[in-house]
Amino acid sequence: MDKDTIILGIETSCDETAVAVVRNGTEILSNVVASQIESHKRFGGVVPEIASRHHVEQMTVVLEEAVQASNQTWEDIDAIAVTEGPGLVGALLVGVNSAKALAFAKQKPLVGVHHIAGHIYANRLEKEFTFPLLALIVSGGHTELVLMREHGMFEVIGETRDDAAGEAYDKVARMLNLPYPGGPHIDRLAHEGAASIDFPRAWLEEGSYDFSFSGLKSAVINKIHNAKQRAETLKNEDIAASFQASVVEVLTEKTLRAAREYQVKQVIVAGGVAANKGLRKELETKFADTGIPLLVPPIKLCTDNAAMIAAAGTIAFKQGRRSGLDLNANPSLLLK
Amino acid sequence: MNVLAIDTSNQALGVAILNNDKVIGEIVTNIAKNHSVRLMPAIDQLMKEVSLTADQLDKIVVAKGPGSYTGVRIGLATAKTFAWALDIPIVGVSSLEVLAYQGRFFDGLICPFFDARRGLVFTGGYQWKNQKLELVFEEKNVAMEDVLSKLAEEKKNVLFLSPDIALHRENIKEVLGDLAHIPEGPYHVARPSLLGLAGVNRQADNTHALTPNYLRLAEAEANWLKAQEDKK
Ligand SMILES: [Zn+2]
Repeated sequence: MDKDTIILGIETSCDETAVAVVRNGTEILSNVVASQIESHKRFGGVVPEIASRHHVEQMTVVLEEAVQASNQTWEDIDAIAVTEGPGLVGALLVGVNSAKALAFAKQKPLVGVHHIAGHIYANRLEKEFTFPLLALIVSGGHTELVLMREHGMFEVIGETRDDAAGEAYDKVARMLNLPYPGGPHIDRLAHEGAASIDFPRAWLEEGSYDFSFSGLKSAVINKIHNAKQRAETLKNEDIAASFQASVVEVLTEKTLRAAREYQVKQVIVAGGVAANKGLRKELETKFADTGIPLLVPPIKLCTDNAAMIAAAGTIAFKQGRRSGLDLNANPSLLLK
Repeated sequence: MNVLAIDTSNQALGVAILNNDKVIGEIVTNIAKNHSVRLMPAIDQLMKEVSLTADQLDKIVVAKGPGSYTGVRIGLATAKTFAWALDIPIVGVSSLEVLAYQGRFFDGLICPFFDARRGLVFTGGYQWKNQKLELVFEEKNVAMEDVLSKLAEEKKNVLFLSPDIALHRENIKEVLGDLAHIPEGPYHVARPSLLGLAGVNRQADNTHALTPNYLRLAEAEANWLKAQEDKK
């Protein structure tokens, strides 16, 4: 039997300070996430400077907890994996520099990981991959369709041209005076309302797998605005349901088309918005009779965490990829 | 005792290794380049040069600001992780204090400062007394104008030390005249060996609890607090 590969992962791309230890890219030994959401709530969104300040306060605390909880010694740990981008630059910098110091102090190899690769590999902590596979990543910062034909190789076949899906959710939530983060509130309201308002669906050019949500966002603003002027009352539940119906239909339909075109053997949904019940249900319904297995990880692995970074880092490590001590944070890192 | 001193709090990048109070090696560059990219390679190079490995380090001393928020965090993230990983003590030293060390033989008030834009500076007042550096004016984020008028009232000799001296030189001379002492270029760049010296015998900080010396709230936080005040 091969020796186990044990990777320590670090993730600080947004407002979660996270460290995890993962065995063979599939088994979580520890997974610690210090969320800053309570601190950012009062600002109605993530404030980059505040996020960076919290990361520097939390980093060694989270490291200690994750290493202790893993029951591994430093001899057992093979490498340090860290999110190098994309994300908030000041936030990323704390993780990257901590990872470099750790790698140097413990004489371990260092592996830089793309945040989205992490989100995709979160699924491998639940179920082994079968290629080719298609991943739909939906979060506050991302809306992407990624095709994988083998481990460690990513082809972005579609991405958002303006707002990310999660961003649109947060903006609509703000218009409806819902607390931050708004996504879960919209999802909840949507279930109590009817999709009675006909909001646009941005299909873009024929055959495109790209997304666009800014038009939808404007349509929602206009609708609310016009209703106010005419003293009509719109139910927030119906706005939420109609908005969500538009987002979910486009996401589901494009995922389905891409899955068929590329004849994939698995479809993976990842990112914070994967927790959305409306989206999950629609995807499950649509994929039920395709015979293509649809995988959605548990919510804890959908949102930002470091186990996913360690999981993706395991493959990169095994493929011989290494980062130098000059590794930098790259807020607009491309997925390759 | 082998001490590693790290300073990325302002434009200069500095790394030094001391054996007790003896300097073994030091790297300083004073250029506008990325600390995140250059800090670890500089530490690696210096450690190799002096034939030390990480596990031979006994203490970390880090410049904890004030300065560039990002720069301070790069230094602290690196230093804190080092200290935690190696299980050795860490000491955070004010970046202003490090500059004040460069006025070791000045008999009078020392005013180290960093420009904080819009007429503001991060500054404090220091003085050497009986071989010891003492803080005589609290470190603050204040208007340079106010600092100078306060110093003028003191009617004492003042030594100004700052990498941003060029921005304020004329103003200082105008207000304080002959009482203002401004040395040549190299005295205005923080020396990491002096950072190491400042921290070598100091009681260690708690590694987890050590935080940057920002001297200023994040803008969003300041606005939020003001809004809370206004509500009352
Ligand atoms: Zn994410």
